[in-house]
Amino acid sequence: MTHPELLALAPMLIVSSTSVIVMLTIAIKRHHALVASVSMVGLALALASTAAVWHVCAAPRSITALLIVDPFACFYMAMILIAALATTALSHTYLVRYPGQREEMYLLLLLSTVGAMVMVASRHFISFFVGLELLSMPMYGMAAYLVKERRSLEAGMKYLVLSAVASAFILLGMALVYFQTGTMGFGDIGARLGELTVGEQIVMLGAALILIGLGFKLSLAPFHLWTPDVYQGAPAPVASFLATGLKIAAFALLLRYVVDTHATRYATLIDALSVLAVLSIVVGNILALLQSNLKRLLAYSAIAHFGYMLVALIASGPLAAEAVGVYLLTYSITTLAAFGVITLVSGPLDHEAQALSDYRGLFWRHPGLAAILTLALLSLAGVPLTAGFLGKFYVLGAGVDERQWLLLGAIVAGSAIGLYFYLRAMIQLYLRPPVVPGSAAAAVPPPATAPAGFSGLRWARDAGGSMLIVLLLLMLALGFYPSPFIKLAQAAGIEPQALATPLTADRR
Amino acid sequence: MTLLCLLLIPFAGGLLCWQLQQRFGAEQARYVALATMALTLALAAGLWLTGDYSQTLLPSAGHPSGHWVQQLSVPWIPRLGIRFSLGLDGLSLLLVTLTALLGVLSVACSWKEIQTDAGFFYMNVLWNLGGVIGVFIATDLFLFFLFWEVMLVPMFFLIALWGHDIPGGRPRLYAAIKFFIFTQSAGLVMLVAILALVFVHYHASGVLTFAYSDLLATPMSGRTEFWIMLGFFLAFAVKLPVVPFHSWLPDAHSQAPTAGSVILAGVLLKTAAYGLLRYLLPLFPAASAQLAPIAMWLGVLGIVYGAWCAFGQNDAKRLVAYTSISHMGFIVLGVFAGTEEALQGVTMQILAHGISAAGLFILCGQLAERLDTRDLRKMGGLWARFSNLPQFGLFFILASLGLPGLGNFLGEFLILLGTFKTHPGMAMVGAIGLVLSAVYSLILMQRAFYGKPAAEAPLPDLDRREFAILSTLTVVMIWLGLYPRPFFQVSRAPTQALQTLYAPAANEERAPSDL
Repeated sequence: MTHPELLALAPMLIVSSTSVIVMLTIAIKRHHALVASVSMVGLALALASTAAVWHVCAAPRSITALLIVDPFACFYMAMILIAALATTALSHTYLVRYPGQREEMYLLLLLSTVGAMVMVASRHFISFFVGLELLSMPMYGMAAYLVKERRSLEAGMKYLVLSAVASAFILLGMALVYFQTGTMGFGDIGARLGELTVGEQIVMLGAALILIGLGFKLSLAPFHLWTPDVYQGAPAPVASFLATGLKIAAFALLLRYVVDTHATRYATLIDALSVLAVLSIVVGNILALLQSNLKRLLAYSAIAHFGYMLVALIASGPLAAEAVGVYLLTYSITTLAAFGVITLVSGPLDHEAQALSDYRGLFWRHPGLAAILTLALLSLAGVPLTAGFLGKFYVLGAGVDERQWLLLGAIVAGSAIGLYFYLRAMIQLYLRPPVVPGSAAAAVPPPATAPAGFSGLRWARDAGGSMLIVLLLLMLALGFYPSPFIKLAQAAGIEPQALATPLTADRR
Repeated sequence: MTLLCLLLIPFAGGLLCWQLQQRFGAEQARYVALATMALTLALAAGLWLTGDYSQTLLPSAGHPSGHWVQQLSVPWIPRLGIRFSLGLDGLSLLLVTLTALLGVLSVACSWKEIQTDAGFFYMNVLWNLGGVIGVFIATDLFLFFLFWEVMLVPMFFLIALWGHDIPGGRPRLYAAIKFFIFTQSAGLVMLVAILALVFVHYHASGVLTFAYSDLLATPMSGRTEFWIMLGFFLAFAVKLPVVPFHSWLPDAHSQAPTAGSVILAGVLLKTAAYGLLRYLLPLFPAASAQLAPIAMWLGVLGIVYGAWCAFGQNDAKRLVAYTSISHMGFIVLGVFAGTEEALQGVTMQILAHGISAAGLFILCGQLAERLDTRDLRKMGGLWARFSNLPQFGLFFILASLGLPGLGNFLGEFLILLGTFKTHPGMAMVGAIGLVLSAVYSLILMQRAFYGKPAAEAPLPDLDRREFAILSTLTVVMIWLGLYPRPFFQVSRAPTQALQTLYAPAANEERAPSDL
């Protein structure tokens, strides 16, 4: 491996070595704040290095047959690192109250981050699978981290079993594709597919199995069943990484896989993706209507959001890759902020604030936190001047450009349904706590309990709080002045490599 | 620069109100809110006095590419061809002034009504008004859409947090969410239509832009134009509302606080009328002409249906809400008739209905504050129990039924006159609405103010603040009716330009089979 290749791998190497350092630190002395700080520093360094790598690898740089580092990979690695940083900060705030061993959380998180980064840079089945497993394995431990808590254990267990099944699907799918094409590199598969004369069904079956596995990771309907339970049971910071880091990696990989193998030329695949998209939008939004638990609500909303994102992938026009990048970015920042508020609002560990009723009147107790959650919910609903609107705008644009009217109809209908539960959750924050009807107190408004001045921002002083402020600023920037982010996403576009053989007539 | 101030002042004032409430108390917040809107009104008046409104945003004879009195344009998201551009012509100016005036009054009329969290309340009022002003002065379709949606969120809060729960009726949260979902989902359809228009333009010219003036003459096939137009029409039809899409309005009105109703009826509905005049007709003249017969019949249906439903209401605010539907029917009729008289009538109707509906809603609010009910069955004989309030009631009810000499008469008369030239049948059916409006107006008067009083004890009369609010509206209303020249002068250029754009298409559409 040459020097520039090592440099291109710098983000991954930095995070890997941080995980080793964290392990050693724990071995020497268990110190919560120290371990968290080391992880933060490592992740921040890695994030800085992605910027440098982006410069160096403006032209894609292949590293062995397994990995490729290009602006696309850098963009998504940066996103994953931001998610990991936010999760680390939130975990610190969350675990301070935890009586057991706190430090291993960071180790698991770092390992998982490496896995996610490998995934977005992979262009080969082997690195794909290794990355996926490296991402998932620590996640089981993270979901079940509160070992004395029934809900946490249940979440870990559920995730372990279903995730393993999904991995099995992916493995079998890879085997089938390899069996027919004789290669495991994405680009080569695409090239061989064009030359295939027989056995296309087997390849399609393999592709379908891989799609099912990825659908599970992305919690697309009908493979979404685990999502609400795991979100609900896992500690809030872990759920935030599950909702962002994991999904970013899986979706970026799906995008690269689809583009590199020129999969969009298969009408069947497009139809299958369309069905998944519509199902996810419908199921996610409708089931979210029934939720009275904020974490479950966010889980269903995530299902719907990945349905929207699939639309951009299906449209596969010139805007598609950019739309996916922008959407994932806005979605991740927003979701992290929402989970951040959940983390900060939660009281003692055995009582995480999950029920919508826990949030009743939050605005009058913590105006700042409530404002952030409001902004996050509006952003998820896609209201203009919030980050989420930009994403939705892009997806609609990509859809309109490719005339996907049916899918656009699904997005519009889904968003309309979605509004209902976002607004219902949002208004809870502003309602005064209920007063007993008939009592004298009912007529007199309760005195404003919100402390005046900046003491109202006391929650912002620890790591999780300050991270939340950063996320808020990012959300606002994406809403009001998105140009810099759009430039990044545009630069991180992905172009299919030219095919040796011209596309056959069965292209749509 | 004035335009930017016009936009920013309400938003900044709103933030200030909220913070003042947190630190000092509600009283300061109220005065700041009042001062903010007064300043906005002063700015609008200044624009009125200094500008020359013989130009318009639309291409007119002298300026083939369109021209506006004030403008501001800076790149915002260059990648997508989105600019932050504001512009003003006579039509925008009229609506901005109306918004600022009703803004002052809605702040004033909730002075005593809102006792909980007044600062936050005023923040929502001001942000809502800021969004509405943005709709009226945006000249980039992306920006227009943005304000179109941004104004919804504060209104949602106004209804959901400070609204009334009608005993036996639906909760206010229901009304708020219904309002939001109706308007927002229709808005999304419009967003898809905007994007479609932009991409059609992009594929034709190679320039990705959301600028209003660039998109005006987008070449497209008749079919495409029709579908894109339908997307816009749906959003405007829901907001106006045109009859099959109206069901959110009575709920929202009956649950909203007084200021919310005043803004909703006075300006929020007018954004849709503005949308029809500014976007639908100029962008899609041919397709609009195709749709015109259907839209006009829907307008006529709205006139009759709204009046009919108003007649049957027991809740005073619901009654006024249904009269709004009826009055908005005239606007649809006039817009799609497209003759110059009709379009002049539409602008007059927009202003006059804004004033008269605001007056009626403020009166309803004042009655409700005193009687603790808006149920007409529990009123009656109120004339004897007040000294000043019923006279104002009579005035606004007469204005709303179209008494000659007041603004509504002028608007409705011009609309019918203009429509009669091209669609005599519809004008005749629409004129029935005038009769029906007399019926529901007089029944409202009768049930509330005449008849046998429910109790003898006199009720507290209007205080100075309330007297001032109602007098202001009265003066403006009489002004509109007796000396409308200044308003027509300002709106002449835009209506003429619109008429020259739309008339050829409308004539062509009508030629084969006249009604």
